[in-house]
Amino acid sequence: MIGRLGRALEATGTVLVLLVVWHFVAASGAFSDFLLPSPEAVAARIIDDALSGDVFASLARTVVTALTGFAAAGLVGAALGIGMARVRLVRWFFDPLVSIGYPMPKIAFLPVFLLWIGPNFASQVTIVAFSAVFPVAVATRAGAEGVERTLLWSARSLGTSAGQLLWQIVLPAVVPQMLTGLQVALPVALITTIVAEMLTGGDGIGGAMLGAMRFADSPGVFAGIIVIAATGFVLIRTMEVIRRRMLRWHAEAAS
Amino acid sequence: MSRSATVVGAVKPKLDRPREKGTAVVNWLVRWFPLAILAITWEAAPRLGLVNPASLPPLSVVVAALGRLAMGGDLLANGLKSLFRLVCGLGLAILAGVPLGLTMAWFRPVRAVFGPLVRCLYPMPKSALIPVLLLWLGLGDLSKITLIFLGCLLPVLISTTNGVRGVEPAMIWSARSLGRSRLAALFGVALPAAMPDVLAGIRSALAMSFVLLVSSEYLMSRDGLGYLISFLGDGGAYDGMFAAVLVVSILGFAADRAFNAVSRRALAWRET
Repeated sequence: MIGRLGRALEATGTVLVLLVVWHFVAASGAFSDFLLPSPEAVAARIIDDALSGDVFASLARTVVTALTGFAAAGLVGAALGIGMARVRLVRWFFDPLVSIGYPMPKIAFLPVFLLWIGPNFASQVTIVAFSAVFPVAVATRAGAEGVERTLLWSARSLGTSAGQLLWQIVLPAVVPQMLTGLQVALPVALITTIVAEMLTGGDGIGGAMLGAMRFADSPGVFAGIIVIAATGFVLIRTMEVIRRRMLRWHAEAAS
Repeated sequence: MSRSATVVGAVKPKLDRPREKGTAVVNWLVRWFPLAILAITWEAAPRLGLVNPASLPPLSVVVAALGRLAMGGDLLANGLKSLFRLVCGLGLAILAGVPLGLTMAWFRPVRAVFGPLVRCLYPMPKSALIPVLLLWLGLGDLSKITLIFLGCLLPVLISTTNGVRGVEPAMIWSARSLGRSRLAALFGVALPAAMPDVLAGIRSALAMSFVLLVSSEYLMSRDGLGYLISFLGDGGAYDGMFAAVLVVSILGFAADRAFNAVSRRALAWRET
């Protein structure tokens, strides 16, 4: 408990120090208000937008896009990873595609999805899922291939059906690695969401920031950065908490 | 199976054990055949009218467009521009990130000051900085290099710190007790032992650098491969757009493979 409280204090302290430094740099006049608006101006802007509801609308849109794509990537990636580990035909077909797709900059396909699907929610979710699916698939596959053979043999010799084997032995054994893959995929999903929103316009925070930039509205741009940074921080910390909760039974949690 | 083996054998007659080599080639063909299926589908689907050729030009048309882009010099000019930004941004991130990571791992006060900052900034999606960097640094190279630098710095720094902190303390103690200074133990023992982590960090930074490069060139640029993709797409030259997307994908993949090969060489002295 002290550890968690300490971490919360540490994060708060860091943010406060950053804000103070920002305040004095802005107040020193070294940069114009346009290049570096004061934290007060940006805070006022965020509060204004919050009162009018704009922030929540764009934030909700961004989070929904990111999490929908992330969830799709999680489901497809987990299925693909387990399939590659356990079904020879699936492994044969997808192994070269995944090993090429994994290091490839998936964001390059954004214009392709825009062409095929149009500049809308569906194409944003597609590019997010496409970017995030590879780490999940690769990690899940590694996990599924590492399942102890003796576990599988014992279960099978005790008469476990193929379906039960999957749900009761393979899936639980895969969870730690799969969560690792998901932890890699979440920041990727967020980065991709922001770029997709900036490129397609639309209502999300990325679109709002690009709009603010076009109108040379620098407090608006900074407000967007702050909101996104806070969102990323919360989502990624939440993912860490979920991991700890889910792995209570696992040896990893003991250390 | 046997036919392709003999064909390959005929190309390289000097093989000692043609049979084994032949099997290796067949294995290789079997392994990569799914890519051929993908390529054939790409060629056939638009030709057979399964998909609209306007939204997916056949592979051969895309390859022809690639040839035109390469001949016209567009590909080389924009490619070099992108490569320059990538190398500068990633190179600076490594030059700054590794020493900073070392310092943070080695000196507790530095870690106490910068650790919270790093943990606070790490989760931020770096693509959110694109608009502000455009406001500050304009459309040129500097905004992209800075973005790539900022995006790659933390992965390199964090993996260096973790790597050095994970080094077996007994190794450091031995070096110290054998009369090495603290600094000599850091560079002579801790850094080499942490090398796998450092290289893994650089590898993930490399992937990140491509993403940020292409994203920023889509949004704020007058040149570079990302710009070429969006320029061709906006102009409706979809065969060219697909060709440029293909080039970026292959570059990203090849860079990762090359880096992986180099790091395996660099780590060859290790026992495992």
